Amino acid sequence: MNMPSNATPESPRDPQVLAPTVISATRRMYWSVRRELWESRSIYIAPLAVAALILVGFLLSTIHLPEKMRAALALNPMQQHELIAQPYNFAELLIMGTTFIVAVFYCLDALYGERRDRSILFWKSLPVSDLTTVLSKASIPLVVLPLVTFAITVVTQGIMLLLGTAVLLGSGRSAAMLWTHLPLWRMSLGLLYHLVAIHALWYAPIFGWLLLVSAWARRAPFLWAALPLLAIGFVEKIAFNTSHFAAMLGHRMSGPEGAASTAGKMSMDSMMQGTLGQFLLSPGLWIGLGVTALFLAAAVRLRRQREPI
Amino acid sequence: MTVIEARGLRKAFGTTIALDGVNLRVEEGRILGLIGPNGAGKTTALNAILGLTQYQGELTVLGRDPWTERDQLMREVCFIADVAVLPRWLRVSQALDYLAGVHPRFARAKAEGFLAKTNIRPANKVRELSKGMVTQLHLALVMAIDARLLVLDEPTLGLDILYRKEFYDSLLNDYFDRSRTIVVTTHQVEEVQHILTDLMFINRGRIVLNCSMEEFESRYLEVMVHPEQLVAARALKPIQERHVLGRSTLLFDHVDRQQLASLGEVHTPSIADVFVAVMGNQAGPAQGAAR
Repeated sequence: MNMPSNATPESPRDPQVLAPTVISATRRMYWSVRRELWESRSIYIAPLAVAALILVGFLLSTIHLPEKMRAALALNPMQQHELIAQPYNFAELLIMGTTFIVAVFYCLDALYGERRDRSILFWKSLPVSDLTTVLSKASIPLVVLPLVTFAITVVTQGIMLLLGTAVLLGSGRSAAMLWTHLPLWRMSLGLLYHLVAIHALWYAPIFGWLLLVSAWARRAPFLWAALPLLAIGFVEKIAFNTSHFAAMLGHRMSGPEGAASTAGKMSMDSMMQGTLGQFLLSPGLWIGLGVTALFLAAAVRLRRQREPI
Repeated sequence: MTVIEARGLRKAFGTTIALDGVNLRVEEGRILGLIGPNGAGKTTALNAILGLTQYQGELTVLGRDPWTERDQLMREVCFIADVAVLPRWLRVSQALDYLAGVHPRFARAKAEGFLAKTNIRPANKVRELSKGMVTQLHLALVMAIDARLLVLDEPTLGLDILYRKEFYDSLLNDYFDRSRTIVVTTHQVEEVQHILTDLMFINRGRIVLNCSMEEFESRYLEVMVHPEQLVAARALKPIQERHVLGRSTLLFDHVDRQQLASLGEVHTPSIADVFVAVMGNQAGPAQGAAR
C-alpha cells in the first residue's frame, strides 16, 4: 500500500529502473514505535489485565453499594466524597503504578535485549539511525505509556460509574450522588495533567537513566541502574556525612514541589489550580529535562558503538 | 565503479590487532569471497564496512563513510550477519510491514513472492521457524531490497546441506546481476567456489592473497603425480604435497601448465586446499589446521 512504485513485481535484472520511495523521518519514527509495541506487548496487556481485575473486584463490591450510599448520607460532603471516590482513585493508582513498573522494565531491556539476542545486527542493517531508534524507545515511557494509562483509566472509571449507576437504579435508588461526587470529565483532565507533568516530564530523567544503562550494561542492567546510585549515596554519607544525593533522588521520585502532597490524592483539582505555573517555573523540571537529553544523547552514542553481547 | 575502498584499515581490540593495515578495493558486479581462519579479522573487516565498528585508516563504501553515515548507507547496502539475528518475537508479516515502512528500496511484493515458495506463513513468528526457514526468511527480505552491496557473514552457518545449496542458488538466480556486488565470508569454501569472481585470504589482520578467480585458476594448479615422476615434480617446488589413496597430489603456484601436464593429471585445486597451503606456509604450524 505504501510503495506504488515498488509494488509491481519487477525483473531482478533491471533494478536501476525502480525509483526508491522517499521515506520521511516521521514515517521511520512511526514504524519504529510500532515495532516497540510488537515486541513489548506488556505495554498495553499489563494495564489492561489490571483494569480487568479492578472491574471484577468492583463488580463484586457493588453488592454493598446501596448500603454504602445510605451510610454516606450521614456524612459531611468531604467525607462523602472520599468514601464514594475511593474505589475510583484506587483504580487510577493501580493502573498508574502498573504502567510505571512496565516503563521501568521496558527501559532496562530496550537497548540491552537487542544486543543480548544479537537482533541489533538486523536492526542496524536497516536505514534507521541510532537517534531514531533511541527516540522511538524513549517515546514509550514518555508518550505512549502515559497515553495508554490515560485511556485505560478513563474507560475503566467510566465502566465503574455505569456499573454503580446500574446497581443503584436496579435497587430503586437514585444515582445522583454518585454523579455529583464523580465528575468524570474533571477527573480525566486532572489525570491527564498528572500523567504529562509527573510521569512524562518529571520522571523523564529516571527513564533516560534506565535507557542509558540499558545501552551500556553488558549484563544485569537492573543492578547497574540501581547500585551506582546507592553507592554514590553511601560514599557521600561516609565522606561528608550528608545525604544530598539521596534527597535529590527522593525528590525526583516523590514529585515536584506542591505535587507531593496531592500525588496520592487523585481529585487533583488543587494540583491543577495554580500549580501549573509553579510547576513550569520550577528549576527541577528543566534541570531534569536537560539531564534527560544528556542521558539520551549518551545512549545514542553507545548504541552506535556497542556490539552484540 | 568502486563499491568498497579501504586504505590502511586498522582495528585493535586492546592488544589484539584484528586488522593490520588492510588495503582493499571491490568493484561493482563482483562476488568477493573473504576467506580466513577464525579470528583472522574477517568479521571485523565486514563490521567496519557496515558501519558497525570504529576503525583507523580510510574506508569508503559507495562513497560514504560507514561509521558516520550508517543509516544512509543502509539504503543501498544489505547484510545477513548470521542466521541468529532475526528477533524471535517478530512475525513474518510484521517484518514485511516494518521493512516496507522504513526501507525506501524494499519491494514488499517481491518478498512475498519469495516467501510463497517456502513453507513460511505470514502469521509465523521467527521462534516457530526452523533454522533453515529463518535463513529463507532473511534471504527473502534481503533479496527484496534493491541494494547495490550485499554483505554475507557466514550466512549458512549451522544449516544442513539442502538449505545451504538452495541459499546460494537463489542468491545467484534470483538476485545477483552485474550491477550488484556481494561480499561473503564462509568456512564452507567449496560451496562458494563456483560463484565467486574474486578471492581474498585474510590472516592475522592482513590480506595474504587477493586475486580474481581467473587469476586463481591460472596461478594455482594441482597435479596427481605419477609415482615415477615424483622427484621431478618436487623439483618444481610445490607449495603443498598431499597423499590421498596412495597417490601424491602436489599443489603448484605459478608453474606452467604444459610443464605440469607431463607429470600427471592437472586440475584446478579447490580454494580450501590452496587456503590450507597458503596459510600453512605463511604462519607456521599453529595455523596449519585452520581448515
